[in-house]
Amino acid sequence: MLDYLLPRYKVLRDRDECVQCGVCERSCANGVHKVDEDLGRVTADHAKCVNCQRCVVMCPTTAIAITRWPQVDAGSGNWTLEAMQDIAKQAQTGAVLLASMGNPKDYPIYWDHLLLNASQVTNPSIDPLREPMETRVFLGSRPGMLKVNEREHVVMTPMPPQIRLDVPLMFSAMSFGSVSLNAQKSLAMAAKELGTYFNTGEGGLHRDLEAYADHAIVQVASGRFGVDPHYLNAGAAIEIKIGQGAKPGIGGHLPGEKINEEVSRTRMIPQGTDAISPAPHHDIYSIEDLRQLIFSLKEATLYRKPVAVKIAAVHNVAAIASGMARAGADIIVVDGFRGGTGAAPKRIRDNVGIPIELALAAVDQRLRDEGIRSTVSLVAAGSVRSSADVVRAIALGADAAYIASAALIALGCHQCQDCSSGRCNWGIATQNPDLTKRLNPEVAAERVVNLVRGWNHEIKEMMGGMGINAIDSLRGNRLMLRGIGLNDKELEILGVKYAGE
Amino acid sequence: MKRIYAIEAWCIDCKRCEVACKTFHSRSRDTVKAFTVEYPQPQNRVRVEGTRQLSVAVNCRHCAQPKCVEGCISGAMTKNPRTGVVTSDPRKCVGCRTCVSLCPFGAVRIEDVAEKGIAYKCDLCGEVPGEAGEPSCVAACPNRALIYVESEGC
Amino acid sequence: MPIRESLREGAVRIPSGCAIAGIMDRSGARHDGSDILKSIALMHDRGNGLGGGFAAYGIYPEYRDLYAFHIMYESREARAETEAYLDTFFMSEKQERIPTEPVAAIKNPPDIWRYFVAPHPMRLNMSGLDEAEYTMQHVFHINGKVNGAFVASSGKNMGAFKGVGYPEDIGEFYRIRDYDAWAWTAHGRFPTNTPGWWGGAHPFTLLNWSVVHNGEISSYDANRRYVEQFGYGCELQTDTEVITYLFDLLARRHGFSQEMAAHIMTASSWDDIDRMDPDRAAFETALRVAYSSALVNGPFSVILGSDEGLLALNDRLKLRALMVGEKGPMTYLASEQAAIEVICPDVENVRPVEGGVPFVVQLDEVAERKRRESAENRPAREKPYQHEVGVMPPKRKEA
Repeated sequence: MLDYLLPRYKVLRDRDECVQCGVCERSCANGVHKVDEDLGRVTADHAKCVNCQRCVVMCPTTAIAITRWPQVDAGSGNWTLEAMQDIAKQAQTGAVLLASMGNPKDYPIYWDHLLLNASQVTNPSIDPLREPMETRVFLGSRPGMLKVNEREHVVMTPMPPQIRLDVPLMFSAMSFGSVSLNAQKSLAMAAKELGTYFNTGEGGLHRDLEAYADHAIVQVASGRFGVDPHYLNAGAAIEIKIGQGAKPGIGGHLPGEKINEEVSRTRMIPQGTDAISPAPHHDIYSIEDLRQLIFSLKEATLYRKPVAVKIAAVHNVAAIASGMARAGADIIVVDGFRGGTGAAPKRIRDNVGIPIELALAAVDQRLRDEGIRSTVSLVAAGSVRSSADVVRAIALGADAAYIASAALIALGCHQCQDCSSGRCNWGIATQNPDLTKRLNPEVAAERVVNLVRGWNHEIKEMMGGMGINAIDSLRGNRLMLRGIGLNDKELEILGVKYAGE
Repeated sequence: MKRIYAIEAWCIDCKRCEVACKTFHSRSRDTVKAFTVEYPQPQNRVRVEGTRQLSVAVNCRHCAQPKCVEGCISGAMTKNPRTGVVTSDPRKCVGCRTCVSLCPFGAVRIEDVAEKGIAYKCDLCGEVPGEAGEPSCVAACPNRALIYVESEGC
Repeated sequence: MPIRESLREGAVRIPSGCAIAGIMDRSGARHDGSDILKSIALMHDRGNGLGGGFAAYGIYPEYRDLYAFHIMYESREARAETEAYLDTFFMSEKQERIPTEPVAAIKNPPDIWRYFVAPHPMRLNMSGLDEAEYTMQHVFHINGKVNGAFVASSGKNMGAFKGVGYPEDIGEFYRIRDYDAWAWTAHGRFPTNTPGWWGGAHPFTLLNWSVVHNGEISSYDANRRYVEQFGYGCELQTDTEVITYLFDLLARRHGFSQEMAAHIMTASSWDDIDRMDPDRAAFETALRVAYSSALVNGPFSVILGSDEGLLALNDRLKLRALMVGEKGPMTYLASEQAAIEVICPDVENVRPVEGGVPFVVQLDEVAERKRRESAENRPAREKPYQHEVGVMPPKRKEA
């Protein structure tokens, strides 16, 4: 049957620059480039290109650029080329459309509508190069009130377990299986170096990563892959994943071809079988069930590990988060709809959930209205793109932010959104050994460390500008934000004033 | 001395090292010219052997007791007593291939350039005065499969 | 000509620069207001005539067991409404207009009254609150709900005298030389805006607390949103207000010593904690973790007055000036050293208050009592209510 699909991209090759060295051909797992000796030039199979930009970066003479396929649409603002292509694809396959990474649609990005403050005259800004500037954060639940002996400097209130972050961000869950072991190891190494945490995702903890277990948050999700007492006790904290911003209400499906020997051992499932995470946890059909799971995990770890619960930002997120706090969650993680994924049904990714900015503001305010904000930790996830976004998230009320897409981009990801194909040319979202070896964790970890160090410097600069020398004083400090281009309702939910007010 | 080592676990068969080496050893130091217009064609001294599944960049180790220097019949192959770098002088090389057969690493090649085939091998890019830093192949490797480290040698 | 209504405190957030001063006699001997007046007057240029005030402790010994409410009224209706409210919830021993002196520089003063009251016993019992909490909530009610009335102070045996004007004029206006107190604090304000409202002048007080403050805290909204969880409505949007509530939360409700409350607000840096021995580090870490949002950031110097004495506190980086000096039982605090020397030329031991290290001076009797008390903090809600236990006769000791 003739495939009605059009190519999405066109490979532009500068013939003046191309030396036919073949680096592009050897770099492309999709088989786009070919050094054609008969023609004496390099050809391209445009339809196969996913715009991962590996060839563009690798080409020694920068002879390559990728452009959109120049086909015009039909001139309709309604029947866009993309809408028609989706239909053509489904007409061909009869299947659910699959997509990867975060929601790419043109919804408002509220981060870009929040401006930061700085001190002038009445209050000196602080130079982080001269004065101490504290970005250390502890996550976990905490008593609302301490009892101490002031003379002997002893705390009498039992302190629940905490994890310490030297930078106010962590790497969010990406399982071994959805990403390569090298990708996970890169983040583990970076987390250790930075004094923060990576998250195993629902894929178990590979034995090679046990050395980094102190810096691991071990996830328990609906498929329970890789979960046993050893796993739970190995990590620094446990995270129950209820939902993911990219696909709220949807489980996961790792196809059998990705379940190789190592993935199989780590996930504790037979090789070659599909790993299916159900949409709900089948032992959590209500909030009281969540409480049971939280306390089962606490029992299993002798109350030594904080337990986080992660949910996707959905309409009723504030009430749900408050229920989670009351159910015993030590850390509440809210994942916005622009958060990434290795694979999700496209319609879910593009249409379900709400932005993290609004969800975070609503959750923080609800917890405060109920007087329990100071007793739990709150982590924001779902497309934190820069240090300024981290500052905004904390000022809106988060204790820390989770980053994943940004960390992957540091590893090389170019957001081609083709993770589910398993042909990631950057060695990240693949189990193909030819490709995974492209990601040398030593190099990759360095890049991630550089990124986070750079962000942390910037966070300190921005805090210093505000006259704040500890991140504690930024948390929930919404006066440090002003809205721009927002309507009254948006300002109300975000709890910020308009610029100029 | 600092030597180049190849780590096959991270070699991804892209051959950027070869391109960089060839460019470095061209007269113009320009990749496009090196590949298209220069004559005699500049030669890359590092070679990636293998396949996509398993590959490694073969490069000279600049041995402490280099067999190639021992065996050279024309005095073209020498080890610089100060830097330790082993190089072949194209003006003296007669193309007898003794060095090729003696090298335990397969790091010397005879290339038919101009009128006769002569030996080409890695010169660590360091014999050029004023060129500091990493050899060009190491700098070009995207995955740190080539490293340039201080070592006693083999 | 229509009168342009000026912005009130609370309608907008107004940063201010300021002069602050404090005088205390540890022995409890009382002194009139002339010294504090002289001290704050010397720092005239640190204010701009848009706010001045004083807090005095020990001025109403004859009513020491009653709450002394200083209330400013902008209208007759406000007074009628407030007095009706007070009559419902409190029993008034005495009420009178606070004597004032006409001063040329003081324009449009409100009608200022004082009331010596005790909580209505039955309503207090029904409220399920302790006396302090009960009183505090009704003060909040008057300030928030009664239009044109503002409770300037509500402690026992203490009072605040404040208004719009230079502090020396405000002092004359209130005739503060006529009062004798064992502790005085004073404030001269330099707001960057024109509040023009007497209620917004400082000291800010709540129950026995009074706070004078110089600075602009950059953690304001983090602190505000923290204390608002516990029922403190930050109506005035001022730093002083939120600092007072933090002290009330930590020292009264959570039962910490004032010094520990101040330490929590200017917590040890992580660098310092990392150098401590593990036990001490665990203690400091627990404080920082549990009271993370009580950390006060940005430049400030504060003098906290209470029935125990005075506490002076500077931000962790020491971004605002505050000097302390001593002479015999007297302790002097001021933004400028000259303001101390002008009233006590032979003052000894003059030094700056260190950044993040609370300076505490307590009444000798209080210090003595504290030495004997347990060093464990006793939260307010764990203490039996005085009004509930006090009605029973003490148990007869067995022979």
